[in-house]
Formats: sequence, structure tokens, C-alpha cells
Amino acid sequence: MNSTPTSRASIKKYETWLLDRARLDGSHKIDAFKKLGGYRAFETMLKKGMTPAQVIDEMKKSGLRGRGGAGFPTGMKWSFMPDPTKDPRPRYLAINADESEPGTCKDRVLMERDPHGLIEGCLIAAYAIRAQAVYIYVRGEYRLSYERVQAAILEARAAKLVGKNILGSDFSCEIHMHKGAGAYICGEETGLMESLEGKRGHPRPKPPFPAMAGLWGQPTTVNNVETVFNAPFIIERGGDWHAKIGTGDGKGGGSTGNFLCGISGHVNKPGVYELPFGVTAKEILEEKAGGMWKGRALKTWFPGGSSCALMLGKDVDVVLDHDSLKARGSSLGTAAMIMIDDTTSIARVMEIIARFYDHESCGQCSQCREGTQWLAQIFRRIANGQGQPDDVATLESLAMGMAPGKTICALSDAAAIPTLSAVRLFKDELIECIRAQRDPLHVPKPVYAVAGAH
Amino acid sequence: MALAPALKSEFDELVKNYPEKRAALIMALHRVQDTQGGWISPDAMEDLAQYFDLEPVEVFGVASFYPMFHLRPVGKHVVSICHNISCDLRGAQDVIAEVCKITGAPLRGTSPDGKWTVKPVECQGACANAPMFDLDGTYHEDLDAQKIARILGGVR
Ligand SMILES: Cc1cc2nc3c(=O)[nH]c(=O)nc-3n(C[C@H](O)[C@H](O)[C@H](O)COP(=O)(O)O)c2cc1C
Ligand code: SF4
Ligand code: FES
Repeated sequence: MNSTPTSRASIKKYETWLLDRARLDGSHKIDAFKKLGGYRAFETMLKKGMTPAQVIDEMKKSGLRGRGGAGFPTGMKWSFMPDPTKDPRPRYLAINADESEPGTCKDRVLMERDPHGLIEGCLIAAYAIRAQAVYIYVRGEYRLSYERVQAAILEARAAKLVGKNILGSDFSCEIHMHKGAGAYICGEETGLMESLEGKRGHPRPKPPFPAMAGLWGQPTTVNNVETVFNAPFIIERGGDWHAKIGTGDGKGGGSTGNFLCGISGHVNKPGVYELPFGVTAKEILEEKAGGMWKGRALKTWFPGGSSCALMLGKDVDVVLDHDSLKARGSSLGTAAMIMIDDTTSIARVMEIIARFYDHESCGQCSQCREGTQWLAQIFRRIANGQGQPDDVATLESLAMGMAPGKTICALSDAAAIPTLSAVRLFKDELIECIRAQRDPLHVPKPVYAVAGAH
Repeated sequence: MALAPALKSEFDELVKNYPEKRAALIMALHRVQDTQGGWISPDAMEDLAQYFDLEPVEVFGVASFYPMFHLRPVGKHVVSICHNISCDLRGAQDVIAEVCKITGAPLRGTSPDGKWTVKPVECQGACANAPMFDLDGTYHEDLDAQKIARILGGVR
């Protein structure tokens, strides 16, 4: 634990809590979970008669920021829900378990290996915002996650932890599971709500914000799995305890606590690791992921999923937290580090990224629908040795027309940001591919290079 | 055609989870696909429309939005291969080549004997164990040529 809020964490020795249970086999059953201290925070909160306002206060004190990608302060988000004495409408908590950001594979670990931890987090969050129902929106492909969380709900219900008058209190809360069906855009919070209502996942214009008009037009809070998973630890140990870990400034700024970091790509030991904010990307790469594979050099990397700006290999000395990454022109996103070695073509990397956003654009906004399609086509032809002289300038102007904040949701930004970073950092490489009409780092496989079917 | 009675009673329970019936539509589409040959036929969509008090075209509009739903018949087994970035960096193109060779199915198509459908999918959240595919709803991760041959060879 750090004594001063600004001191750097050590990767050699730090306190863990997020993955402690997940590491043990059998933690997904309620008996094992309870033996490891599970549901204690929630039960104590009820017994002590903590008010929802007190719970929100602890969360604010903790400095916890959302783990779904945008990093919004959780306590503040909860406090946006209207006062139930003035607004008696039904209200909901929606858990975002759509996890589809390329590189991101952390929520799955929690749901498969520690589903009761998620349920305990849901109960605390629902209590704080006074929601009578929780919907857990799990991406359709995560069958094991779905089964494990569903089974945990049944166990919790049998133990009187879910349903009417929980543990004899006047708090009642239902938890329901819901499946997505393979659309990335349903991870965007308003797309998720549309999808939960049984429609296409078309994001809604904001305002109105979910806290005022969310699911079925009622007050709704949307939180990521890992975000609410943190709540029981904060309620049990106190917001002050949490605020001291990481790079918080003691005034609610900075990044506090531990986070789950998925590291994938060209590393020796890809995986999902729990780390305190304050360690550097280099430490994670070397101490956790065993360094770059095949003794190769790091060419470029995404610090937090494919929607954030690429960084150069030399920038791996950066501290992995919200402010440090922002200062270097990128963002923490979902803390999914994708590491790319020096034998890899940037045009090829961006061909895949751009194809992804083109495939996933819902098509409501012309800038996004047309823009993603063009980006995908241009990166593809550059990678295939058919780039045209103006292509790099075109990429740049297209991306500038797509962001920031020009569309209903941030998918358009998510496609524009990595594009602009690739053009900024690797302009020479792209121009050389176009000039030579050949990408020296990429041999296209013609048989499989058929255009993506939507 | 009418909805199978077992499904109907399942849906009767499901809709109780939501303030509006229609919310259960995507869950219902999954159940139809999982229990009726791996795809959602026009007839099934009509049955669902009737059950949910919607126009068939509305059900189609929803079903066609979601890449997991197959609106045309598929092979007996479906292999969904992730071709997004973390998998590509670790050989997804080789996985695709290997799977297509063993199954005889083209990418985005079905083998002539009707046994296999092979399709590319976006990131499946298994990036730290790339490359991967999903075979009939089960993830297979950290794939290499040997492992692929063993997994597919074991399928009847
Ligand atoms: C295109 C797009 C996709 C998103 N996908 C996810 C996702 O899969 N999971 C997630 O938790 N948040 C996702 N988000 C962020 C959500 O909109 C929302 O900010 C988040 O769920 C809020 O939870 P938090 O405050 O707990 O982080 C996505 C956002 C965008 C714009
Ligand atoms: S920005 Fe793109 S994904 Fe978002 S609503 Fe507009 S078209 Fe749809
Ligand atoms: S990129 Fe293949 S599972 Fe994430």
C-alpha cells in the first residue's frame, strides 16, 4: 500500500483482491465464495443500516472510475439517479457484460470464475441507486459466463440474497440475465438498452441521459462488470483505503485501486493480470507478460483496446493510468494492452481495426457509416500494395470528419482515433507501401481476402 | 406452423423478467436457433412475430442486425474463427487456412457434405489465449495446427 497518494506502486509487491478468489478452483459456488468472505460486505452494509447516500459517499471517496472504457467516476454516476421520494418511477441497473472491445478479455474471467463477486457488487450498486431490478447483459458468445452467473443467481436466491425482502430487510431486488448476439455496438450504453428492450442495438442520442430516461424510459445506471465487482471491497474496507492505492491525488482525481489488465499479441505470456495503478506498461510487459516473443522489439501497442491511440514502442515506459496516458496522447480505455512486434505491418494492423469498425457501425450516422467503410477500404488497399498517392491524406481528412463528438455515439471516434495515431506515427511506412505498391511486411492471402460480409 | 409447446412455455416464463414482453425477443431468437437446427427459418420468425405481437418484418429486422443469428441453413457444426487483431497477430490466418482445409468448407460457407459451416467472427474476448475458434458454442483457445486437427478430427 502506498503511504502518499502520488507515490508509485511497486510491481514486485502489492495487495490484490480482484482475482484472489478467481485463482482458486471452485470459487464459483456459493459455499466456497462465502468461506472466502463473500457476501460479508453486503450483509454488513444491510445490518449496519448504511443508507444509500452513505454507500454512494464511500464510492465517491474511493475514487473508483468505471472499467468499461470511459473511466467515469462511479460514485458520481450513482449520485445522478433521481431522488426516489421525488421521482418514484421504477429504476434499473444494467450491467455491461458485452465485452467486445478488441483485446479485452477481463470481465469473462470474473464471470466464469467468481460470479458471486459480480452478484454481490450488483446488490450493493442496486441498493445505492435503489433499483428494484438488475439486468446483466452478457454477450451471446460467453456461454460459460452466462451459465455460471445464472447458476450463482439461483444459489443466491436460495440463500435469500436475491428477491423480495433480502435477508429479512426491506430491500428487494431481482437479478436477471440477458444475452446479446454478437454486435459490438450493444456495448455502448444506449445501444445496450435498445438491445435489452428487444430491438436493434441502435444507440440513442444523449440527452436524455440514462439516469433520467434509460431502460423503458426509466432511470437507469449502466456499469461495467469489473466496476461493480469492486464495490464490495470498497464498502467493506472503506473508500479511504481504496483511495490510497494507485495514483489518486486525494481529491478524487487520478486513478485509484487495482485494475485488470489483459495483455495480448506478441508477448511470451499473454494473460489477464491484476495490477495497482502506478506501474508502468514496461513493467507489465516484462514482469508479467515475460517480454516480447522471439526476442523481437516492440514496434507499437494499444494501451487499452483498439479504440485508443497507438503508442510507439519507446513509450512503453509510461505509467498505465488515465492521466499519464492522456498526457501522451492516448487513453487507458479497457486497459487491454495489445503488443505488436517489429515484423508487423502497420497497414495490416489498421486494415483489421478499420474492417472491425466498418463491420460494427450501426449505420445511423453518415459520417460513421461512410467513414468507417472508406477507412477499411483504404487501409486494405495499402496493405495489398494498391494504395493510391493521396491515400494517407485522405485517411487523415476522413478521420477528422468523423470525430470528435460528431455522431450519436463514440464508435465513430473509436475508428478515427487509432487511424489518426497510425497516420501520425507511421506516415513514412504507409507512404512507402503506396510508393512501392507493395507492403514489405505483409503478404496478403488472396484466398481468404474476400470482402467482409455484413 | 406454430411455436413448439416446450418453447412457448419457456418464453411464457422468460417474458416475466421484463416490464415489456418484446424485451425477451433476442433471448427467444437464441432459443429457436439453439433448438431448431442452428438457424432461424422464415417460418420460425413468423411464429415469434405472432408470439411477441410483432410484424414478421420487425422480427427479421432484429434478427438480421445480430451477427450470431443465422438466417440461412448452416452445416451440422459451426466453426466461428476470430480474425480480429490479437488473434491475427498470433496466426488467425493460418487457423482459417487449416480449418478450411480440414473441413472442406470455404470461409463464410458450408462444406459440400453439409457437415461444416466456417465463418470469421470479430473479437470473442479470448485475446489472451489467441488464436481461437468457437465450435458449436464452445471456445477452443491457444490453437495450433495439431490442436486444430485433434479437435476437428474428434467431431462426428
Ligand atoms: C462503441 C462502444 C462500445 C462499448 N463497449 C463496451 C463494452 O463492451 N463493455 C463495457 O463495459 N463498456 C463498453 N462501452 C462503454 C459504455 O458505453 C459505458 O461507458 C460503460 O459500460 C459504463 O460503465 P462504467 O462506468 O462502469 O465503466 C462501449 C462504448 C462504446 C462507445
Ligand atoms: S456513431 Fe456509428 S455506431 Fe454510433 S450511432 Fe452513429 S452510426 Fe451508429
Ligand atoms: S482478438 Fe480474437 S479473441 Fe480477441
